[in-house]
Amino acid sequence: MLYREAGDFKTSYASDSQTFPIRFDRWRYWAVVAVAFGVIPFVIDDYWANAVAVPFLIYAIAAIGLNILTGYCGQVSLGTGGFMAVGAYACYKLMTAFPEVSVLIHVLLAGGVTALVGVLFGLPSLRIKGFYLAVATLAAQFFLVWLFNKVPWFYNYSASGQITVPERTILGVAVTGANTPAWAKYLFCLVLLFVLAWVARNLTRGSVGRKWMAIRDMDIAAEIIGVNPLTTKLSAFAVSSFYIGIAGALFFAVYLGAVEVGEAFGIQKSFVVLFMIIIGGLGSIFGSFAGAAFLVLLPVLLKNVLVGQLGWATDLAAHVELMIVGGLIVAFLIYEPHGIAQLWKLAKEKLRLWPFPH
Amino acid sequence: MNAETPVEAIPTADDRKIGPVLMEMKHITLRFGGVKAITDISFDIREGEIRSIIGPNGAGKSSMLNVISGFYVPQEGEVWFRGARRPQMKPYQVARQGIARTFQNIALFDGMSVLDNIMTGRLTLMKTGLAAQSLWWGKAQREETEHREKVEKIIDFLEIQAIRKTPVGRLPYGLKKRVELARALAAEPMLLLLDEPMAGMNVEEKEDMCRFILDVNDEFGTTICLIEHDMGVVMDLSDRVVVMDYGKKIGDGTPDEVRGNQAVIDAYLGVAHD
Ligand SMILES: Nc1ncnc2c1ncn2[C@@H]1O[C@H](COP(=O)(O)OP(=O)(O)O)[C@@H](O)[C@H]1O
Ligand SMILES: [Mg+2]
Repeated sequence: MLYREAGDFKTSYASDSQTFPIRFDRWRYWAVVAVAFGVIPFVIDDYWANAVAVPFLIYAIAAIGLNILTGYCGQVSLGTGGFMAVGAYACYKLMTAFPEVSVLIHVLLAGGVTALVGVLFGLPSLRIKGFYLAVATLAAQFFLVWLFNKVPWFYNYSASGQITVPERTILGVAVTGANTPAWAKYLFCLVLLFVLAWVARNLTRGSVGRKWMAIRDMDIAAEIIGVNPLTTKLSAFAVSSFYIGIAGALFFAVYLGAVEVGEAFGIQKSFVVLFMIIIGGLGSIFGSFAGAAFLVLLPVLLKNVLVGQLGWATDLAAHVELMIVGGLIVAFLIYEPHGIAQLWKLAKEKLRLWPFPH
Repeated sequence: MNAETPVEAIPTADDRKIGPVLMEMKHITLRFGGVKAITDISFDIREGEIRSIIGPNGAGKSSMLNVISGFYVPQEGEVWFRGARRPQMKPYQVARQGIARTFQNIALFDGMSVLDNIMTGRLTLMKTGLAAQSLWWGKAQREETEHREKVEKIIDFLEIQAIRKTPVGRLPYGLKKRVELARALAAEPMLLLLDEPMAGMNVEEKEDMCRFILDVNDEFGTTICLIEHDMGVVMDLSDRVVVMDYGKKIGDGTPDEVRGNQAVIDAYLGVAHD
């Protein structure tokens, strides 16, 4: 009954272009925000933080980033893992070189460094499109992983070749390192995700977003209305890589703590994030959240049900997971390229008209 | 269609002011490999006029528009715009000079709503940068609202209020053409290029489109260069007409002059009235 547009008239263009035009959606949004900030930090424990909450928050940032490039601007990338590695290593180098500077600054700067690298690897996108661009980004993926393995300067000449995060605090509370409480990890990532998602929403609803989508939908027509393809594509690469770099920095500094580049940021990372936006919904911020939640929760759920309750072998459960994800990818690509976000929207449209479907 | 196509009750072109030359094509020759799409064509477009290009299929009309909008670079010849020779330019640079267009085969952004499609027409006029937009405060939001108001005027003008939020992919052909015109108008162009804006429309839709074209020209003073097959429409709308055949110019003048030109009658009008 609450879910109605009727009687909810818009009196200005600003209110017409707001994020949640329907009042009930706005309430639900604020409820989620209130729970995320006001409840979860007080109840979260190490298991939930490490198995679900922190990876979800970090993957959501990465998925928003890739969605900006692929979903909004139409440039397919398989280099996400490599760009996350850039963020992680940039963060590591900054943290160890300038220990007195806040880790928050380091994480943001790591995003900035990744943005520059992303622009560099985005340059070929002016000439090559689609499949060929995907292959070029794949090359970037392998090159970056190779680079971080090969050049000892990146891992400060450590014997293991790994990078290990030093402990850093914000307002006296550890946010990186072994002594970090679960709620601090969670809150640190949550704040960044919250701000970054809001910024992504702002960018995609304004003229920048329209330029990206114009290039995605028909680059020739975009050029004819005055969109410069080079700067537009490069801005998408820059913003996207900024997000992915921050995700990589958090993945290393907050989530894993110690990283071996090929293992943490290999090609499978690129695919996981790509699958998230395909399942969640290309060209949708909400879809990035949904896809990240889905692919983080699915293995946890399967492990608990199949291994924990039914007593299956762990590797069998892992194979089942791969099959489910593979099947879903194919199904979504064929039947619903806009993913869970579109299914959700359709469900809401039905609900809005209920009980009079016409 | 023939010359009796009903386009009455439309303001006549007589009392409008035709200004100095806005754009001049000088000895344009365009080749694709061995094929000559355009051979040594010269003509000009004056400020405030409706200039038509007619000719049979494959005559090179669309190629000529593509030269004007920077998609094709002619092997020979010069393009003069506002009294100066135009250096070679990318299409987006041409757009920023105040030249907007529609395509023979509709080129809309299928993933976006009608409103967003038309808003893209104003991208060259929107100036807030990435940083200001990312915060959606003050300037960015104000700019968005300002441009939205302009776009709403165009939506009213073209009578497409009801489909504002519809994804363009779902629209029928005639409305798509209208949205494409709206997107071009949103740029507030000095020169508007229309490639067969009425192709494939029924009589009613054609009448609407004629009315819009005349109103745009009349109310906004926009110079229009138009490609059209329907002779009745062309003769009624145009101030001057260029006739092309096999890449060559075979006639140029007012509708009456062109109608009386023997080469034109042989090449085109004769065929059209078969
Ligand atoms: N991109 C292109 N590549 C090769 N040939 C082309 C191209 N564009 C147009 N042509 C050729 O140029 C000639 C004129 O085409 P066009 O300008 O589309 O004619 P019209 O619009 O008058 O029907 C045709 O012979 C066409 O095949
Ligand atoms: Mg044509």
